[in-house]
Amino acid sequence: MTDATIAAAPPAKAASPARSALADIWHQFRSHKGGVVGLAVFVFIVAAVYIGPYIHRVAPNAINIRDKNQWPSMTHPFGTDNLGKDMLAQVLAGGRTSLAVGFTAMLLALFLGTLVGVMSGYFRRLDGPLMRLTDLFLALPLLPLLLVILMLFRDTLRAAFGPETGIFILVVFVIGITSWMHTARIVRGDVLAVKSQEFIMAAKSSGMREYRIIWRHILPNVLSSIMVSATLGIASAIITESALSFLGLGFPSDFPTWGRLLFDGANFLQLTPSRVLWPGLAISLTVLSVNYVGDAIRDALDPRSLRR
Amino acid sequence: MFTYTLRRLLFAIPTLLVISFVIFALLDLAPSDPTGDLPLTIPPEVREQIRASLGLDQPFLIRYMKWLQQFFINEPINIFESLTGWQVGDGQRMRVLSWATRSPVVDLIVQRMPQTLWVVGLAYLFGILIAIPIGVISAYKQYSIFDQIGTFISMVGYSVPTFFTGVVLIVIFSSYLQWFPSVYDTNLQVTNVSTFLAQMRQMVLPVAVLALYNASQITRFVRASMLDNLHQDYVRTARAKGVKEKAVLLIHVLRNSLIPVVTVIALGVPTIFSGAIITEQIFRVNGLGQLLITAVQGADIPLVQTLTFIFAVLIVLFNLIADVLYGILDPRIRYD
Amino acid sequence: MKNIKLLLAGTVAALAFAGSAAHAERGSDGDLKIIFWQAVSTLNPFLSGGTKEVYSSSMVIEPLARYDEKGELVPTLVTEIPTLENGGVAKDLLSMTWKLKPDLKWSDGTAFTAADVIFTWKYCTAPDGGCAQAAQYEGVKNVEAPDPLTVKITFEEPKPYPYSAFVGAQSPIIQAAQFKDCVGAKAPGCTSANFGPIGTGPFVVKDFKPNDVVTFVANKNYRDSAKPAFASVTLKGGGDAPSAARAVLETGEYDYAWNVQVEPEILATMVAAGKGHLETAFGTNVERINLNWYNADPKLGDKRSTKEAGPHPSLSDPAVRRALSLAIDREIIDEAGYGDAGKPTCNIVPAPEAVTSTKNDSWCLKQDIEGANKLLEDAGWKKGPDGIRAKNGVRLSYLYSTSTNSVRQATQELVKDMWSQIGVQAELRNASASVFFGGDPASPDTFQKFYADVEMYTNNFDGTDPEKYLAEWLCDKVPGPANGWQGQNIPRYCNPEYDKLVGELSKTADLDKRHELSKRLNDMLTEEGAHIPLIHRGNPSAASNSVAGIKMNAWDSELWNVADWSRKK
Repeated sequence: MTDATIAAAPPAKAASPARSALADIWHQFRSHKGGVVGLAVFVFIVAAVYIGPYIHRVAPNAINIRDKNQWPSMTHPFGTDNLGKDMLAQVLAGGRTSLAVGFTAMLLALFLGTLVGVMSGYFRRLDGPLMRLTDLFLALPLLPLLLVILMLFRDTLRAAFGPETGIFILVVFVIGITSWMHTARIVRGDVLAVKSQEFIMAAKSSGMREYRIIWRHILPNVLSSIMVSATLGIASAIITESALSFLGLGFPSDFPTWGRLLFDGANFLQLTPSRVLWPGLAISLTVLSVNYVGDAIRDALDPRSLRR
Repeated sequence: MFTYTLRRLLFAIPTLLVISFVIFALLDLAPSDPTGDLPLTIPPEVREQIRASLGLDQPFLIRYMKWLQQFFINEPINIFESLTGWQVGDGQRMRVLSWATRSPVVDLIVQRMPQTLWVVGLAYLFGILIAIPIGVISAYKQYSIFDQIGTFISMVGYSVPTFFTGVVLIVIFSSYLQWFPSVYDTNLQVTNVSTFLAQMRQMVLPVAVLALYNASQITRFVRASMLDNLHQDYVRTARAKGVKEKAVLLIHVLRNSLIPVVTVIALGVPTIFSGAIITEQIFRVNGLGQLLITAVQGADIPLVQTLTFIFAVLIVLFNLIADVLYGILDPRIRYD
Repeated sequence: MKNIKLLLAGTVAALAFAGSAAHAERGSDGDLKIIFWQAVSTLNPFLSGGTKEVYSSSMVIEPLARYDEKGELVPTLVTEIPTLENGGVAKDLLSMTWKLKPDLKWSDGTAFTAADVIFTWKYCTAPDGGCAQAAQYEGVKNVEAPDPLTVKITFEEPKPYPYSAFVGAQSPIIQAAQFKDCVGAKAPGCTSANFGPIGTGPFVVKDFKPNDVVTFVANKNYRDSAKPAFASVTLKGGGDAPSAARAVLETGEYDYAWNVQVEPEILATMVAAGKGHLETAFGTNVERINLNWYNADPKLGDKRSTKEAGPHPSLSDPAVRRALSLAIDREIIDEAGYGDAGKPTCNIVPAPEAVTSTKNDSWCLKQDIEGANKLLEDAGWKKGPDGIRAKNGVRLSYLYSTSTNSVRQATQELVKDMWSQIGVQAELRNASASVFFGGDPASPDTFQKFYADVEMYTNNFDGTDPEKYLAEWLCDKVPGPANGWQGQNIPRYCNPEYDKLVGELSKTADLDKRHELSKRLNDMLTEEGAHIPLIHRGNPSAASNSVAGIKMNAWDSELWNVADWSRKK
């Protein structure tokens, strides 16, 4: 397979109109089986959590203590928790929050990490200060940092955006600024390696502007590490969110999220296994599907592994 | 490279001082209180006295200076004394004392090292040893069954948090099968075969949980980086020149793929020291991670400050090591 | 695997064999394994007043007298409890005399004398020592020894209830010889003494790893030559409550787990494994919802919940406070979060029986949604289009905070649901316990600051006398910026009538009269709605079926009679 790919690799694409480039990438993407399946699963999950509540019309926080700790049944397809709340409704509602938090926080962390990584890898003057900043952030004790952020910003944000949006911004911000450092270090390492290769020298000597070199030559070559960071980043953002609400930093306790459902359900493992099965499966499936989509995008964008 | 390393080491000193100050300020700002864990039956006046006896009534800068003196002057002298048996001065020096236990912080850390190294360190080592071959094979046989299964396991392993896998393993292997203990015995001394076996048994579950998590992460980076390099021109050149496939893979591709892997590993090694908080809690390994989290929860500032600072030293050090390794792996990378 | 099973079978057989040995012999029953999920930090309870430190050290150091499982005082190191009747307490209530048992020995073999008792008092009241139990010696003017076996305590003013100093697990006696160089500011430096106090109790510290594990061995010089039955005790710390319960009830690795407050159905699944059972003792813990009598609107900024903020716009209405209590079904909260380890209550002083009122049980213990709705309707709180009641633009919408704990979060949700049935909205918030119960004046999330409309937590009092506890609701104990937020009157309740009654209680020596006054004070608080008492919480612990002699005690250390514990046959 690998050999075939290489043998078929054509010379790098000539500059073509943006639209046809996009169509090209889409074409590449479609030929990647895993990517297509991943995309389908992902679309399904997103559709389920947004459309599902219109079909399964049970409020996620409706308490019915008489029906507590139920195994799956027709009325409660995923069973109920220890307060009698419907698990399916909670998984659906939790998915909306978790997906939103997971993606936004991951994108924020990825953006910060890539920015810092590329800047310090490419510009030697910035390398020292930016990497020492990264060291500082890596060293900061997370819990006290979170408590301080909470103390300083929670009430302000709550007053400005209301309890839910305010906390959403806070959670995304907190996860974003505490998880960009790995991406930054990894991207920097890759940039250092790419920067010393001949084609960058060639681009430089041809008088190409620096931001264009970064955009056209550096970024595509460090994309695979960024993609891996992105997939792992979603998983850790979803889990970190639950840790935050455990500290009282995140969403109110009656606001379900996948991470929180998993955390609360862990001790009920023997009593009602479905309580942990579904949220766990939901997180894993999301991360898996994103991983395959990421793989496919990377392959599609990589000029060397074009398969026509 | 040597001058570069030297310059970085020198530059690390002011960096670490700044970091220590930022950490201290952060801990001071954080809204927790060393008397917060006490029963509410203890009245406020007594709490005030307790805080005063901890030195919390002194101004921020004085407390920071005291910590600097205790950590950078008194503790090293103390270590020097215990190593050589000589006495420096009258031997009466204020050491960094933890607030919750009122014992020297360094002693606590020394006490916690063995179990953390055994469990977290070993799990990290296993994680790397499992991850690299799996990553290499997954990349070489991209989209094969092996790759698909590897991807699946590592993604599930990464997205299911340790607080959950830990409980699952305890329920299966400790409650039902009763194969392994769920509580780690830190008093166990390995002296003969049976105590060694007992040590192995109590390490199985926590090491398994952590190794899965670590391996999941590293495999992904190995695989991605290998894939990048497999398609490079030099691989084609090497193959064309008739270099054996194994040599192509292990000498050329792997070596060039190691940069992101080295970064990830270098980022991970200091975290061995900070322990695996959740796993240590679940299995009661009571290593450095548990020490840190109880200290944070109990607002034991001297302990948190010292642990975090040592952690910072390791981060700076290992990031430096990673930078040096880049230069060795890829001689084209130059810093001067 | 076979080998492991064989090994296990062997251990079980060995245990069974050990169990069949005679009970009347010291150290015949092997190792007792106890688990405290909150690990022990030090074994000197004067340096850390945490329950875990007090309990663990109670196996080693003992007070002159302690409370038994019924809350009655029993002598430990003295011949009898001094009372007015036997002349041990002076008629003017200004002094009391304890007679020490003769021939008592410390675990190092030296004699236990009155000098040690005096030293303990001096140690804990020394300036700069930061003694966590200093409150136990409040009002003590002097402690002296007329002879080596007599201790005389004199008080600054008449003390109707004198049993505080040297009584109960919070006030044990330490050895003067061991701690003589550790008084005041030097106390924290004495690590080896703090980690291994010499005591008179059934066990001696052998090894201590702070915040991890303590190993004890039987005290060779213990006063009862046949006890303790166990040769050693391993006290392991760390983890969380469910896993501690699992280690005793399900895997059987441990014999006793302290404080397993876990959802009742989880415990039930674990008990079903047949290895252990739950032991619960009811002390004076009450889970309550405090209602803020001052305005806590965030718009007020730093003035929130202080006198300057003015009365709370809706909670100052007695009808609202009463309706909030009426709407709550305590049975459901109990069933969901506490099970056998809790009982619905309407009292803030729920025990002992002599001071427990039943006056408000008739209206308060039963949920009455209709009654609550009618009360609010009559008081002019009308439902708006969103179903939330309001009057003059003030909506019945509350910020409801508590500490992080899965049972508390479940209770929050249940109460929110119940209140929604009477048109009251609640926004839930939780803060980690170290912040919520911490006294950091800079933090907005402490329970003292009370930057919320209602908040929920548990409080209790030591011993059996509620006088000091009831004095917490005095007007001058309202927390505020002036006293660094250090008052104990969290609801900001203030009633001159109440203050007067508390004054009366502190001057009354007659027991029946004291009980009657305590009940009246307790009833005032419930009737006026200073707070909503919810659950009388027990202390649940998990015990292995193979250990005999456990007598759960909520008035003293749970390990108070560990000398009597033994391995069953």
